[in-house]
Amino acid sequence: MTTILDHLPQQLASNRDRAFPDLVRAMQDGVYSGVLQFTRNRHDAEDVAQETFVRVYRALDGYDADRIRSLQLRPWVWTIALNLCRNRARTVARHPEAPLTTDRVDTHIDAASEAVDTVSLEEWRHRLAALSAPQRTAVVLHHVVGLPYAEIAASTGRTESTTRSDVRRGLARLRTLIEEEAT
Amino acid sequence: MTSEETIAEELATLQRNAPRDLLDRVMRGTDLADEFTEIDGPTGPAYVAWNGRGITAFVPVDAVGTPDAFKERHPREAFHVDAPPPSLAKHLDRAIETGRLGRLPVDLSSIGEFQRKVLEKCAEIPPGEIRPYGWIAREIGSPGAVRAVGTALGRNPVPVLIPCHRVIRTDGRIGNYAYGSPMKRALLEHEGLDPDAIETSAQRGVRLVGSDTTGIYCFPTCRHVKRITEAHRIEFRSETAAQADGYRACKVCRPAA
Repeated sequence: MTTILDHLPQQLASNRDRAFPDLVRAMQDGVYSGVLQFTRNRHDAEDVAQETFVRVYRALDGYDADRIRSLQLRPWVWTIALNLCRNRARTVARHPEAPLTTDRVDTHIDAASEAVDTVSLEEWRHRLAALSAPQRTAVVLHHVVGLPYAEIAASTGRTESTTRSDVRRGLARLRTLIEEEAT
Repeated sequence: MTSEETIAEELATLQRNAPRDLLDRVMRGTDLADEFTEIDGPTGPAYVAWNGRGITAFVPVDAVGTPDAFKERHPREAFHVDAPPPSLAKHLDRAIETGRLGRLPVDLSSIGEFQRKVLEKCAEIPPGEIRPYGWIAREIGSPGAVRAVGTALGRNPVPVLIPCHRVIRTDGRIGNYAYGSPMKRALLEHEGLDPDAIETSAQRGVRLVGSDTTGIYCFPTCRHVKRITEAHRIEFRSETAAQADGYRACKVCRPAA
């Protein structure tokens, strides 16, 4: 399946400023959905997603056309996003006095569906937190974002076979957790 | 019983749409999108646009109409806001008030080298003074490019702030302006010049003015001409004529190379 992403490196190389909004449009839902699982709340996820694309743009600014043409866009963008998620988590850990806000279930919010949504996000974030970092990253990128194993491997710097087993073990662990919740 | 397939299916439901304003936020964060607002210009209201690098556009409201019309013709994405950020507003107010750029940053990053040189040179012309197109061409080291200077000034993205209205025809006439010659005349008048007198003296063939006490010749609007008393004021039709009479060029307005 070819997508807009296949043509983007060429377009970014010839006219970065014109093609860049298409890159954001093509990847923003995926980046946001993934980052939502790696951060504490929507607010952090929005910040990290925004910062990811701003960094992507600045990095493109420093690359010559050949380098841009040969970029594997999704893994490259995810390398940047994962770094920012790690930095964010580290800052949060270092400043425990900062209010530890998760997405509150705010009864005043007009849309009841948003409250339900928040509950299910919270629930999964809690479960995923029990996984090792490489497992969590691989599971989210594969099953939430929909990245193929090879692209996950390219963005984390691990091998494809390690990535497969990270996903497999991650799912097994989640299954155990859910079964424990039920008993 | 939970299978790993159902877990995978549930994980797939965690996909969310990015917030609707994410692209806008990214565009502003990368300075790919500008912000704009209305301000009071020296001769009427104007739209002014900027990004993190500086001012990107100045357009009289009369020339475009509504904010939506401005967005439409602006070369980049632009967001209508109430006011410029305080850091910019301070220098913008001052630039409007004094007629000089001062510390106001202007974003010329998407402009070619020749046009940038023309605009930077133009920005050196003090308020209340005018210079011919040929002067800019010579000052930037391209004496033959008079016509190209005219084109570059005609495409000035930040007129008024970069004072292309202070550049006139080589024959001394006021000449054209991107927003019409009445606006060019109004801007010059606002700076204390008399457009009718400029045209009349151009028609009489006056290009340069000298003082017979100093033996120096200047452009007629040079600040040093203002000190010449009527009795010592000599008019010249050309540099050659001034030099033939033993006069030398002023080092401030530099009417000759």
